Amino acid sequence: MDQKPFSQGLLSSEADSQRTLYPYVTGTSVVALKYKDGILMAADMGGSYGSTLRYKSVERMKSIGKHSLLGASGELSDFQEILSYLDELILYDNMWDDGNSLGPKEVHSYLTRVMYNRRNKFNPLWSSLVLGGVKNGEKYLGMVSMIGVHFEDNHVATGFGNHLARPILREEWHENLSFEDGVKLLEKCMRVLLYRDRSAVNKLQIAKITEEGVTVSQPYSLKTFWGFSAFSNPTVGAEGSW
Amino acid sequence: MDLSLNDEHSMGTTIIGVTYDGGVVLGADSRTSTGMYVANRASDKITQLTDNVYVCRSGSAADSQIVSDYVRYFLHQHTIQLGQPATVKVAANLVRLVAYNNKNMLQTGLIVGGWDKYEGGKIYGIPLGGTIVEQPFAIGGSGSSYLYGFFDQAWKEGMTKDEAEQLVVKAVSLAIARDGASGGVVRTVIINADGVTRNFYPGDSLQLWHEELEPQNSLLDILNTPSPEPMNF
Repeated sequence: MDQKPFSQGLLSSEADSQRTLYPYVTGTSVVALKYKDGILMAADMGGSYGSTLRYKSVERMKSIGKHSLLGASGELSDFQEILSYLDELILYDNMWDDGNSLGPKEVHSYLTRVMYNRRNKFNPLWSSLVLGGVKNGEKYLGMVSMIGVHFEDNHVATGFGNHLARPILREEWHENLSFEDGVKLLEKCMRVLLYRDRSAVNKLQIAKITEEGVTVSQPYSLKTFWGFSAFSNPTVGAEGSW
Repeated sequence: MDLSLNDEHSMGTTIIGVTYDGGVVLGADSRTSTGMYVANRASDKITQLTDNVYVCRSGSAADSQIVSDYVRYFLHQHTIQLGQPATVKVAANLVRLVAYNNKNMLQTGLIVGGWDKYEGGKIYGIPLGGTIVEQPFAIGGSGSSYLYGFFDQAWKEGMTKDEAEQLVVKAVSLAIARDGASGGVVRTVIINADGVTRNFYPGDSLQLWHEELEPQNSLLDILNTPSPEPMNF
C-alpha cells in the first residue's frame, strides 16, 4: 500500500482530485445598478494573464434564459464552466414546457448553491458573479462571491469596483434613474476604474435588462482626461520626486 | 479577493533610452502602483542628475528615488571640483557604485542617458545587481518584455532626433497596451548639445493598436448617432 506523501495532508481524497489553487486568466470589475426600467450592468472586455493584458475582446456578460444577465470577474475558465451549467439548467427548464421560466431570483439561488458547495470541497470556482434581471415587472440585482457569500442590493460591484465604484454609487444612485443617467453613472465608475485599476482595459460593454429582454451593447472605449497642468511637469522644483 | 493595497510603491514601468545622431532620447510611462491600485497615474520617472544627464527609474519607487538623490548629491560636488559638467560615463558609474554596493537591499533597474562634449550622446543600462552596460539603446522595467522583438526589428543606427523620439513614443505606447503595470502618459526627455527638451504625450494622443477602439465620450453618443442612409443607385 502506497504511503500518501505528507505534503498532501488532510486535504487529499482517494482519487487525485483537481483543485483550483490560483487563477490564471482573469477578468476585473463588474458594476451594476437598478434603474427605472430594469438593470444596467457594465464590464470591460479584458482577460489578464497575470500582469499581461493578454485578451482584449472577452465578453464577460452573458444573457441567461429570457430574464437574466450574468456578469463575472475572476478566472474566465470558471465563468465558462458556470455558463455551461446554466445552459443545462435552462435547457431542462424549457423541456418541462409548462409555460414557466426561471427568473433571476431562481438563477441567483442556483449559483449560490453551486459556489458554496464547491467552496465546501476546497475546490472553488474562482469567480465573483453579478446576476441581474427583470421578471413580471420586478427588478432583481444580486451578487455571489467565490466562497458563496451572496446578497441583493440596488447597486453592486466586484473586485476593484467594490473599493472605487461603490462609494460613487452610494452618493449618486437614486430610485428611478433614467437610462441616460444610469449609463452616465456607470461610465463614471468605469472611467475611475480605468485610471486606477491596473488590470482594467479601455474597451467595455454596457448591458441593459428590462421586461422586454436583454441587450448587450457593442464594445466601445472611453475618453480619458490628462489635461491637468500638474500632470505635464509634476517634479518642477522637486527634482527626483514623482 | 486580495487586492494588496498595502504593498510598497512599485513602478511596474516601461523605460527606454535611445541614442541618435547628436544625442539621446529617454522615454517612460507614468504609472506607479501599490499592488493592483494605481497610486499615481501621472508620475515622472525621468529624473535629472545633472544639467546634461538624466536617469530613467524602474522597480521600487523608494529605492530608485534614493539612489538618484545620492548620485545627484555626489555629482553636484564632483561638478564643482572638476570645474565643468560631469560626463555621462562618470554619472553612470556613480549610479553603478550605489547599485552594486547595496545590491542586497535595492530593487531598482535604471537607464542613465545624457550628452557630454567628449563622447556625445550615450546610454548606460544598469539592471538589478549593479552591472553597467553601455548600449546604443536600452529598455527596462516590466513593460520591456513586450518590446524585445519590436526593437530587434525597428532599431536602426544613425536615426535623426525626430525618428528616435517617434520610436520611443511608439514603443512605450505598445508596452502600455500590454503591460498592466505600465500606463498613463508617455514622457520623453531629449538631451543634446543644445540642451534638454521635455515632452508629454497624454494617453489619448497615442495611436490605437490591435483591438483598441476610438475613445468616445459616452455610449449615449453612439446610440444617438443616426444610422447611415441607404445608398440609392
